[in-house]
Parts: sequence; C-alpha cells; structure tokens
Amino acid sequence: MSKDKKDSNSETSRRDFLNMTGSAVGAVGVAACAVPFIQSMNPAADTLALATIEVDISKLEAGQGMTVTWQGKPVFIKRRTAQEIKEARNVDLKDLPDPEKDEDRVQKEEWLVAIGICTHLGCVPLGQKPTDVHGDFNGYFCPCHGSHYDTSGRIRRGPAPKNLAVPPYEFVNNTTIKIG
Amino acid sequence: MRWQQTKDWIEHRLPIFSFLDKELNKYPAPKNLNYMWNFGSLAGIILMIMIATGIFLAMHYTPHVDHAFNSVERIMRDVNYGWLIRYIHTNGASMFFIVVYLHIFRGLYYGSYKAPRELLWIMGVVILFLMMGTAFMGYVLPWGQMSFWGATVITNLFSAIPVIGDDIVTLLWGGFSVDNPTLNRFFVLHYLFPFLIVGLAGLHVIALHVHGSNNPTGVEKKTKKDTVPFHPYYTVKDLFGLGVFLIVFALFIFYAPNYLGHPDNYIPANPLVTPAHIVPEWYFLPFYAVLRAITFDIGIPFTDIVLIEAKFGGVLAMGGAVGILALLPWLDTHPVKSARYRPTFRKFFWFFVIDALVLGWVGGKPAEGVYIYIGQAATAYYFFHFLILLPYLSRNEQAMPLPASIDDAVQARKKYGAKK
Amino acid sequence: MRSILSIVLFSVFFSFSALAAGGNIHLPEKEWSFDGFLGSFDRASAQRGLQVYKEVCAACHGLDLVSYRNLEILGFNENEIKAIAAEYTVVDGPNDEGEMFERPAKPADRFSNPFTNEQAARAANNGAYPPDLSLMTEARPNGANYVYALLTGYKDAPKDVKMMDGMYYNEYFPGHQIAMASPLSDDLVEYADGTEATVDQMAQDVVNFLSWAAEPNLEDRKKMGLKVLIFLAFFTIIFYLMKKRIWSDLH
Repeated sequence: MSKDKKDSNSETSRRDFLNMTGSAVGAVGVAACAVPFIQSMNPAADTLALATIEVDISKLEAGQGMTVTWQGKPVFIKRRTAQEIKEARNVDLKDLPDPEKDEDRVQKEEWLVAIGICTHLGCVPLGQKPTDVHGDFNGYFCPCHGSHYDTSGRIRRGPAPKNLAVPPYEFVNNTTIKIG
Repeated sequence: MRWQQTKDWIEHRLPIFSFLDKELNKYPAPKNLNYMWNFGSLAGIILMIMIATGIFLAMHYTPHVDHAFNSVERIMRDVNYGWLIRYIHTNGASMFFIVVYLHIFRGLYYGSYKAPRELLWIMGVVILFLMMGTAFMGYVLPWGQMSFWGATVITNLFSAIPVIGDDIVTLLWGGFSVDNPTLNRFFVLHYLFPFLIVGLAGLHVIALHVHGSNNPTGVEKKTKKDTVPFHPYYTVKDLFGLGVFLIVFALFIFYAPNYLGHPDNYIPANPLVTPAHIVPEWYFLPFYAVLRAITFDIGIPFTDIVLIEAKFGGVLAMGGAVGILALLPWLDTHPVKSARYRPTFRKFFWFFVIDALVLGWVGGKPAEGVYIYIGQAATAYYFFHFLILLPYLSRNEQAMPLPASIDDAVQARKKYGAKK
Repeated sequence: MRSILSIVLFSVFFSFSALAAGGNIHLPEKEWSFDGFLGSFDRASAQRGLQVYKEVCAACHGLDLVSYRNLEILGFNENEIKAIAAEYTVVDGPNDEGEMFERPAKPADRFSNPFTNEQAARAANNGAYPPDLSLMTEARPNGANYVYALLTGYKDAPKDVKMMDGMYYNEYFPGHQIAMASPLSDDLVEYADGTEATVDQMAQDVVNFLSWAAEPNLEDRKKMGLKVLIFLAFFTIIFYLMKKRIWSDLH
C-alpha cells in the first residue's frame, strides 16, 4: 500500500475520492431509510381525517359545562354565568402569569371553549361540574400539583406555566360548535 | 486527542474498541473467499431489516381476530409509508430464506460443517428452525384466509404425536380451534423469536471467529500469506454484494410486492370456508412435499402391526428433513472438505440440489396422481443422500490432491488464468 | 459456473409460487395503465368506474376498506368528495339519548355498505355472499385480468353443463357457475364524459377503479421504486469500483 503512494498521486486521490463517495452514498442511504420509519409514527391519514367534530350545545344552561373528546383530548365547553364573565374580565393583566385578555380567549362571551389539559404535566383539571372544586379563582383546579385557573381558563397560581389552550373552533350556528 | 482519551477511558473499562478492531477490522479472512461467502453477512443485515420493519409494523398492528386484517390494511392505506414498511417486511421474509438457503448450500458444497466447525453448523440449523417458526407465525398475523388455514394445518401436525397429540394442539391453540388466543400468542412469539435468532447468530459468529471462515479449498489457513484483513477487503466486497442484493430486493418491493405471496391472504379469514388450494409460502414447499410424501403407515412387514401411522410419519419425515442437517458432520466424515477436490461428491451435491428443487416444485402441486410418486421418490432420495450416500462416499471416495495452502491454490489458479 | 447456477436457483424458486397460485382457467391478458415500471391510474377511466360501482356494483357489494376522502387520488376535489359522500347515509352514535342515528356520510367515512352484515347480505342474495370489493384485484390470482374477464365472461351454458338453480354460466369463474347474474349490459349507465357505455368499456373502467381501491398507493410505490433503484445502481457501482481497486493490491 505504501508503494502505491510513492507510485502515483493520482492513484491515491482516486481511491480517496472513491472512499469519500462510498461513505457519502452509504450515509445518504441510511438517512433516506430513516425518513419513512420516523414518518410512520406520525398521525396516519385516517387519524388526520377525523380531526374535526361538531358539538350540539343547545342543552347547556348558564353555569353548566360539558366535556367532549377532540383528537383524544378533553375539551371543556362552559356556558358562563354573568358573574363568571365579570370575574374573567375584571382582571388586571399584570396579575397574570400568562397575560391574555378574556376577550381574546372566547368568541362569544358566554361560551368558554378550552382544552381541558393542565399545562403543567397534562392532568385534567376539576371544575366542569358545579360540585367540583373550582380552585381559589372560581374556575378550574388541577388536583395533581395544585394549579388554579380562573373562569377564563387562565393560570393564576401553581406550577402550570400557561393558560388552558383554546382549540380552533367556530360557531356553525347558535347551537353548534365545530372544533378543529 | 480528546477523543483518544475518551476512547482509552472506555477501553480500559470495556474493551469494545479492541474487540471491534479484532473481529471486524483486522480479523484475518482467507483471501480466496468467493461470492458465495457474501450470504452470511447478508443474512445478518436482513435480520436487522426485518427487526426494524417489524418493530414499526407492530406499532400499528392489532393482534385481535376482529381487527388484525383491517389493521394491516390500515397500515397499507393510511399509515405514512406503511405500505413500504410492510412490503419490505413481507418480501424480506422471502429474501431472508433465499439468502439463508444459499448460505446453507454453500456450506454443503464446501464442507463448512466439518471439524472444527460442527457447533457452528448446528447453531445454524437451530437458527433455521427458529426462522421457520418465526416466518410461519408471521404469516398468520394478517389473519387472511391463508393465515388462518395455514395456522390450522400446521398446528394440526402436532396432533399426529401419539397419545398426547390432541392435548398439545389444544394447548397450542389456547382453545378448540385456531382463534383469538392463538393469534395473540403467535404475535408475541413472532416478536420474541427474532431476538433469540439475534442471540444465536451472535454465538454463530463467535464460533466462526474461533477458527475463522472455511474457504473454497477447504484447506485451513496456515500463514499470513493465506489471509487478508477483513477490512477493507471483505467489508467492501460485502457492501458490493449488498448493493446487488438490494436491487433484487427493491425490484420485488416496488414492482412485484405480492408476487411471492398468495392472493387468498387478501381475503379475511373465514373459519367456515377452506380455500381450494392450501399452499405454504414458497420457502416451505420442499418440506411440505416431504410431509405429504408419507402416505402410508409404517409397520412390521407381513403383519397388521402399525408402528407409525402415515400422519405421524409425515410429520417425523418433515422434521427430520431439517433436523438431519444437524447430524451432517457425522454423516459426511470424508477428510477433504471442499467439493472442489471431491469429484464424485460434487456430482451428487448437484443431484441433491436438483432433488431439493424437485421437492419444492412438487410441494406447490396438488397432492394427487403422479405428483405423489414424484414427491415420494424425491423424499426417498433426500434421505438416501444424507443417510447412505454421504457415509458411503466418506469411506470410499478418492479425492484429488489438495493444495499445500490457500496461497498455493490462489497462485496456481492465477497461473492457469482461471477466472476467480 | 456457480453464479449461473445460483441464478437458476433464484428463478426456479420464484416460479414456484406462481405455479402454486395459478388456476386452470386461462385468463385473457389485457394491458393496463397501472402495469409496468411507470404505471399510473387512468383517472378518467377510474372515475367512470366509480360511477359504475355506485350505480351497479354497490347494490350488493361493499367497499369497506375505502374512504370517500381517498377519492382525492383519483382527481376529485374536496367539494366533489363531500358531495359524493353526502349521497350516502351512515349510522353513527350513540347520541346523548343513547340512540344510534343516521347522518349523511362525510369524507372521513368508509364507503357505505349495502348490507349491515354478512347474514343480511346472504338473505338478500339467495344465500350467496357478494364479497367485499376493496381488495378484489389483489385477492384473486392475476386480479385485474380476472375481474375484467369475469365481467365480460357471461355465456350461455354449454349443453353438457347442468346449471344449478339461480346460477349463471361464466367462462372465467372457477367452476363456471356463479350466483351473480351478468351485472353489465350496454348503456346501463350514462357516462358524464360522453364515453359510450359498452359492457367492455364499463368492465375496463371498473377494473381501473377497483385496482385503485385495492392499492391506492400504487403510484407512490412505483415512483419511489425508480428513485430507489437509481440510488442502488449508483451504490452498487461505487462499491464495485472500490472493491476492484482495493483487491487489485492483491493481484
């Protein structure tokens, strides 16, 4: 092999070139193979196709809530009382860990729609039923690690960093919400 | 420099680098290995491909009689690249058997089973058994017509065992027919077995590296002149072989993905209707032919005493057709390994190959008319080859003179200008 | 010599499964647009095939594995798919009262099945079970040609064949006696694109549609295959050259 080197430089450079191309081709091949495997773990076409649901909300009275499943997650729909709406709006944004106006979180002030998953570690907070614990801010309370949410689903105290997320939704008509 | 220190630190505690260097880099391999020696590493690569695709398929598959078929179709239609992963897996099974069968025939031709490689060979036979079990159970999982009836027929083989046969079959099924418990345990075992194969393949390689690869001359390596380091000589040769193999593999995956499968398996399992022709996958056909060849009871001649009923006889013969390979080191005791220097053995080797092909062909035919007799003749020859011919040749065959060393053989071939 | 023999080995082994799978009836071989290395679906034909399926086949045969949303591949847009789906009703539920209810199908739903279960299908069809068509072209040997041959293979029974009650003679059906009456006749449907609806044309259209239904990813598969093969050819050549170079030291 050492004799080779002395013999001709073009010989070695051609070998280097082949070596490099070979390694590159191998690396590209392995990388390309990884794509389908990783992609296969993402949601499949049928899962994606079921990404919207329609909910009939005509039966809810003020102060009542219902929980529906959207993409496998609980979604809180609550018809808020006048008192609750007032509480949600009369808040100084400076007091909020994750400042957001109630007006930006709801489309119609009576209706709160939020994903019922605590933004701390994913438990489902209490507060949908009148008999539930509502926490110190009269909204939701996560029993896992003690996060308190207000009537707009905003985090007020506890370890959770963010407000309850609002899913994309629209009012199809006065009594039907389409989520997703 | 930093890397060197890290390496040393690890090496001191776990000598992994020197191990890899010794076994994959410097490992001295005979320099005259031909392309038939590609199939060992190729089999290892396919095993890895099968495990990788299998794991990702298992993430989407549902082992329940009501959902299995549809979950496979969901993989084919809805899961991202699911069709690709499944086609790799189903065709990979066939590729695995092609490669392993060629690997075995290589061993048969060059006497790779002889001392000091008997255990290496026997572990290979055990791997073959496990592969067959894995492949069979995997074929059941899509829960199509062939899955169901294949499972029924093969598990019923065990009912041939005298006295306890029926109890064993009930045990295998976990019920009174092939049903949900059967599917569930097959899924579990289909997932487990490949890892046993990995372990055995590891031992297979460890045993191989004790004395090193056999080679086309069958003469053991003696001096450094006989060998080359595994890397880069055989790594690059194996990679080239891998490329050729992957082209064949890809042609099946992308352009004939269902060619090696059976259309009936795209019909959901129906326990009330048996398909007109039950045929196992092609790689089982030779053994299937052996199973069907025993159509007669075996007993004491001229009496009515039956020792082995036909059904049990077929099962024994089929198991024996694979199992007999394990005895090969003691059936062929001729001191010369390679068929290259054993002209008579070589001739019979090719007869044996033809016989195996005939068995495969008969296995795919209906068990009627002339096919029965062809199957019986081929089965008889199969066992004749191992049990009578090889021991006879061991004692009586005059071999050609062996080269003094591998290097000598290589030099002599070069002189004659023979193609490698 | 050995390499030649191994090629023989390969080919012989491969021919086994084909032999094993083949029936005794010889099917006429037609050329299909989805055959071959660059095969793709004839969309106009497959769309017509959908029409024949909806107006004729769907009276008895389900297409359980296919969703309306899949029709996108055949060139329908979102609104067309919604409209096609809305022609059908599916059973959903239970609702809040615990009742199952009917609603118009949505793109995410599977093709609606004419029967609720196998028993109902048999009861309505003289005891015969019209098989699901989702995988028909894959579930029969040489499936595309088989479906075409079956649809066009109705004949009067030869004199020496005694037909059973309610059975029809078909040249290509295994056993020749099929419970399905000839489903197609000329001008049975009126094609929107003006194509003349002959039996032959409709049979071809149905085959195109069902071949798509059986393997909607066929085009992706063939396209990817070409790329993979080009890459592998390159891979193999590179390593062949490297191999030659490295081994040349030895000689």
